[in-house]
Amino acid sequence: MKEKIISIVESNGKTPERLMDILLAVQEEFRCVSDEAVSLIASELGISEADVNQTKTFYHFFTSKPVGKYAVYMNNSATSVMSGMHEVVDEFENQAGIKFGETSPDGLISLDYTACIGMSDQEPAALINSVVFTELSREKVKKIYADMKAGKPVESMFSEYGDGNNADPLVKSMVKSNIRKAWPVCLGEYEVGKGLEKALATDSKSVIEEVKNSDLRGRGGAGFPTGLKWLFCSQEKETPYVMCNADEGEPGTFKDRILLTERTAMIFEGMTIAGYAIGAKEGILYLRYEYRYLKAFVEKVLEDLRSKNLLGKNILGKGFDFDIRVQFGAGAYVCGEESALIESTEGKRGEPRNRPPFPTQRGYNNKPTIINNVETFCSAVKIIENGADWYKKLGTEESSGTKLLSISGDCKLPGVYEVEWGMTIMEMLEMVGAEDVQAVQVSGPSGICVPPAQFDRKIAIEDLPTGGSMIVVGGHRDLLKDIVLNFMEFFEDESCGSCITCRSFNMILRKQIQRVIEGKSIKSDLDNMVAWGEIMKNTSRCGLGQSSANPVFTTIQNFRDLYESMVKDVEFKSDFDIDKAIAESCEYVGRPAKVHE
Amino acid sequence: MSEKIKFTIDGKECEGQTGQLIVDAAADNGVYIPVLCHWRDVVPAGSCRICTVKVNGRFMAACTTPIEDACSVENNTPELQDIRKAIVEMLFVEGNHFCPACEKSGDCDLQALGYRYQMMVPRFPYAFERRELDAESPKIFLEKNRCIFCKRCIRMIKDEQGRSYFGFKGRGKHLEIALDKKLAENMSEELAMEAMKICPVGAILRKEVGFATPIGERKYDNVPIGSDIENLQK
Repeated sequence: MKEKIISIVESNGKTPERLMDILLAVQEEFRCVSDEAVSLIASELGISEADVNQTKTFYHFFTSKPVGKYAVYMNNSATSVMSGMHEVVDEFENQAGIKFGETSPDGLISLDYTACIGMSDQEPAALINSVVFTELSREKVKKIYADMKAGKPVESMFSEYGDGNNADPLVKSMVKSNIRKAWPVCLGEYEVGKGLEKALATDSKSVIEEVKNSDLRGRGGAGFPTGLKWLFCSQEKETPYVMCNADEGEPGTFKDRILLTERTAMIFEGMTIAGYAIGAKEGILYLRYEYRYLKAFVEKVLEDLRSKNLLGKNILGKGFDFDIRVQFGAGAYVCGEESALIESTEGKRGEPRNRPPFPTQRGYNNKPTIINNVETFCSAVKIIENGADWYKKLGTEESSGTKLLSISGDCKLPGVYEVEWGMTIMEMLEMVGAEDVQAVQVSGPSGICVPPAQFDRKIAIEDLPTGGSMIVVGGHRDLLKDIVLNFMEFFEDESCGSCITCRSFNMILRKQIQRVIEGKSIKSDLDNMVAWGEIMKNTSRCGLGQSSANPVFTTIQNFRDLYESMVKDVEFKSDFDIDKAIAESCEYVGRPAKVHE
Repeated sequence: MSEKIKFTIDGKECEGQTGQLIVDAAADNGVYIPVLCHWRDVVPAGSCRICTVKVNGRFMAACTTPIEDACSVENNTPELQDIRKAIVEMLFVEGNHFCPACEKSGDCDLQALGYRYQMMVPRFPYAFERRELDAESPKIFLEKNRCIFCKRCIRMIKDEQGRSYFGFKGRGKHLEIALDKKLAENMSEELAMEAMKICPVGAILRKEVGFATPIGERKYDNVPIGSDIENLQK
């Protein structure tokens, strides 16, 4: 073990900055990062064990005890639950004879949950040793477990692959792309290198100017003007970095998965154009570990680009040097926040930084850094290729261009749709074949729960802004239990905890929602929940805490009647349950634990 | 280069240097903004959020935001007072704080803030989460029930090579403070005392030294927290 760990540390440059890669390699090799391994890594890197543990214990996929030979991570997001996750969980537990959270005594299989793995259009889905299994059912679980018993490699447990590059020899995945609608920006015709060639034919200022004129805004959800971000960064003195945020973690979104599979070169081309525009030499794609199955493929695309001289030294003979590496995460939603993503890339806990300074001033390695979403880079390629005017013709006055929507939940045609900004929710529901809809969750848990009375609202930055997650909630669902509680549990799990209001109020609000569901709440509890959520929103450091009360806010606001039907209209109701409190002693003396008959 | 700039806190004319953090500039002008994680001249953590103020109408943490020329800071407004009180209450319900039995009572910033904001009964339900006490190291008790995750020890208590003795473990609701076993074995007397001193609560305690300062003579026994700053310009 010692030699192996030393060689892993050495092959990663023997620097604490690559701690993520080191820990990932150790976890994959030994199925855990044991205390012994932590100790070795610490002494090899010259840092304290406490420091190694800080990073290790932050991420979901690093474990202290070995996971099973087959490590099952079941997605427990709302759409997975809506698609029958509990049946699948039950079957896994029956077959393996263990509960979720446990490893079988023979070490064959471990069962655990994980947050959304970006497969909301084909749930219930799970990762088994980082191979994706979609549309699981009791029958499929039985077969998978039989294969495990027989010792089959995970990759050979299935032979039908998904469409497009999912069937590529380097991917061989059962994942389907489910592209339902393509517009000419991200999912239309694409010829590799055209945009870059055009960019390199002009000066860097004109590239930024073109992107600025297109009014392109960040596609991750925050909507910051992309051209402005590039401009700010280009004005800094030091050599900047380009980073691509492929940590698509907002439950219900999976559109970046499609771009990573079908428009891989386009993403890198966009990063290279950005690098040219701001004067960078190096780019980093931060890829969530849930998409580990794309690793070999993505790296091959980088190789291809290098061999075509679209990446590397003296790109297209224009004297511009730029290269890209892939950095994997290890399971933490908060790393989608750009400064947390930088911390993680530096080998640390993914805790958001304080601002100022902004990443464009001091980002990765304390150098100016732009971080854009996968879709933003793809859009930039087409903007350069076809011009800002062409782009601005698409969309609305205030939201130019197209948006990829990841649509899932109760509809006939879940998948990815590239649409022009400005589509109404009603039009969207018709497009996906959704009937009897109770609500649409726009932009994931941190977004808005939209009721039918507002279905005429537009999907646009000026009305309903979105990073692309759209979860359709049918009339038969229990909105509070299936959606709101699930989302609050998610935030409670994913808060990094380093700013204590987010750490604590998500817990408090989750418990309050649970009380409403259990019929233990009174009317004034609703106002309290809103007031407490306000405090979290106003005092939290990053977007997670500032938006994580939204499931509570937007449902209390839009579904007040539902809440009021579930709470008691009294002044006070004690939480103290005397029957429960005396149950144990009553059992000893053989008396029924009932004070009030 | 730092230049003198003017700004206001609750209407009071103040002076500070460019780049200075609001919380420090306020203190220099005799205005107290409560802190639990901040320590002057140490890289700010911005983790406790109790120093939340409004800068030109926007909520900001005073310990991470530099003053800007002519900015207007709101500090002692009913809205902000209530937020701070709520944060104190929240800390009391999410950890397990039993002041009468705590060695830090009277020297504890959290307790002192509870008094300052006249906390009676927390508005939030108690969590009663049970956390561990780590007594393994020779010099320090780590009473995790009282930790408020301010990161002072992580940021400030380091060895000659810059390695941290303390670190976080886990995240979110599973977050806890941990002490590096190996390093702690050779922790110096001074560093152990320093660690206890900078801890704003009673989470880090020096072993073998109990109640060296009697109750009644402690930091906040006779004056409220913040009075040193507020008396500065009287």
